[in-house]
Amino acid sequence: MTPHREKPAEGSESVDVIDDDLTPEQLAAQWQAEAPPPAGPIANLAASLVVLALGVAGLVMSIGLGLGTPSQPRPGMWPFVVSLVIAVLALAQLIVGRRGGRDGEKFSKLSWLAAIGFATLLAMVWLMPVIGFEIPALLLCLVWMKFLGGETWRGAILYSLLVVAAFYGIFILALGTSIPHLF
Amino acid sequence: MDFLQPVIDGFGVVLMPSNLLYCLLGVVIGMLIGVLPGLGPAATIAILLPLTYGIEPVTAIIMLAGIFYGAQYGGTITSVLLRLPGEASSVVTVFDGYQLARKGKAGTALGIAAIGSFIGGTVAIIGLTFLAPLVASFALDFGPPEYAALALVGILLVATISNGAKIKALIAAAFGLLLATVGRDVFTGAERFTFGNLSLADGIDFVPVAMGLFGVGEILYNLEERHRVAQAPATVANVWPSRKDLKQSAGAIGRGSVLGFFLGILPGGGATISSLAAYAVEKKRAKNPERFGKGAVEGVAGPETANNAAATSSFIPLLTLGIPANATMAIIFGALLIQGVTPGPQLMVDNPDLFWGVVNSMYIGNILLLIMSIPLVGLFVRILRVRAAILAPITALITLLGAYTIRNSMFDVLLVVLFGAVGYLMKKFGFEPGPLVLAFVLGALLESSLRRSLLVLDGDVAGFMGRPISATLLVVFVLVAVWPMVKSAMDRRKNSLTSSPTTSKENV
Repeated sequence: MTPHREKPAEGSESVDVIDDDLTPEQLAAQWQAEAPPPAGPIANLAASLVVLALGVAGLVMSIGLGLGTPSQPRPGMWPFVVSLVIAVLALAQLIVGRRGGRDGEKFSKLSWLAAIGFATLLAMVWLMPVIGFEIPALLLCLVWMKFLGGETWRGAILYSLLVVAAFYGIFILALGTSIPHLF
Repeated sequence: MDFLQPVIDGFGVVLMPSNLLYCLLGVVIGMLIGVLPGLGPAATIAILLPLTYGIEPVTAIIMLAGIFYGAQYGGTITSVLLRLPGEASSVVTVFDGYQLARKGKAGTALGIAAIGSFIGGTVAIIGLTFLAPLVASFALDFGPPEYAALALVGILLVATISNGAKIKALIAAAFGLLLATVGRDVFTGAERFTFGNLSLADGIDFVPVAMGLFGVGEILYNLEERHRVAQAPATVANVWPSRKDLKQSAGAIGRGSVLGFFLGILPGGGATISSLAAYAVEKKRAKNPERFGKGAVEGVAGPETANNAAATSSFIPLLTLGIPANATMAIIFGALLIQGVTPGPQLMVDNPDLFWGVVNSMYIGNILLLIMSIPLVGLFVRILRVRAAILAPITALITLLGAYTIRNSMFDVLLVVLFGAVGYLMKKFGFEPGPLVLAFVLGALLESSLRRSLLVLDGDVAGFMGRPISATLLVVFVLVAVWPMVKSAMDRRKNSLTSSPTTSKENV
């Protein structure tokens, strides 16, 4: 990759000259302020309930596998113990984190970018065995660079083509892997 | 000097051209990802796991280790020049490093950091050389109960020392243990949690889990995280620190080496914690602590030395006990398992080439890094101009195609993507993926040691307390488990006693 000198990407902040004299404490506070807000109580409730459900499901399935005794454990014994720990911890988190706590991050509009990214990855997994990796990879690069990354059309197309060509060269021509490919 | 013979033979392994090449490759990749904000060493190592299938075990681990300690060097550069910590372990370097850069002493800060890192790394390798055989010989007598206790303590420490919500970290760890039970039960042959899926019958492979949780998870997370774009930094002149600076920071480098070495060995310790601790120590020891935060050389030298020493010494518990001390070590543990090598006390005896080859490669790696970070610093600064928008799809494609090449299986790729979503959601909801991966790696060992010990002890759980080592470890386990609860209860009492002004101040 060659470093290049076009415009700095979108959202670049102006050089912060004024606040250069921050003490470590102020700097830490500034970072804290710039960090996304914590996930909050609803997220905690949802997460704890999901974990609780997983724990309970684990308990039920472990019992189905048979527990046995400590000296003669059956396959379900260990998963049962672990699932029990999960369920208990989930209940504890439900109570401890009821006011939200400081962990996690709230979803924002930008979270859609991650969701779209995930969808393109899934599409790639689905399409790769059907039409080879080249076209899906090209599309993935275009979407990520243009729509998720805010590159220009020209840059996105150029770099996408370069990237796919490079991957073709490395994985198919040089390494001779059996990745499904069209050409 | 029988003891030194394998050490010397290890140099023969390192000096083989292919190993040297991969060592160079590893440290260069490490430097790069250290400079670039976004992907950390754990994610990078996870993404590159497929690469290790085709090469010798020694070579693979030499490269992965190089990525890990190389990242500690690279993280410094952005901390000093741009006030952007490239890695978590370089956050404290920002405080004084950036101030030095503003005074036109960026070169001094980088030079001191590189020299400190080199000394810290080297001291830690020497310490490792002498301490590791001792630990391993001690651990040779360990039976299943000791291993079970050790694995439990390791998982618990990693989960509780991690920053963020402790209970959530513990949940992540327990979930890792549960995931490890998927597949055929080794004792009875019964299938557990496979839902009749043939691909799951052999259990979930470590590589897709690590690549997904760390690799894709972080890639997705970075998509929405708008990194502050770096402005082109001032040119760096005069990288060699003056004699006065060196003299001033000599003590800090010495203390940082020792502190980092010991904090790195502890489970849950590692580069980040030791850099914080070293900064605190230097500030406390200083005659006029108000210099700190305004460009004190010791404030750069101490933490930068300590994080490298810790990165090196955290290999000790992995290579001698088979217990990874942090998430990155868990991935290297997985990489060793892929290669058919089980880390543990036997490693040094059964695979002296691998053990000493990896350890000694760190000398070479540190020399390479010293060379790269002083004269070539300008080159790495230019890397910052490569934009995240272009790098993100490249890393995503490397991950997907890499995952496919492991077993030519689309199911693996799908697992990677799905675990990526899990990793992303875990981050958003405040669960750390580190304890999960660590527990997942240790899950099989923990379960089989527990069941074996129960066989040995006739199902008597109290028998663990009858053996001195396992008893000690379990006492530690209980202390670590209970301490946070006691502490939070104490804090709550203190908070309810103090008047409102302090609480309102906290909220500001």
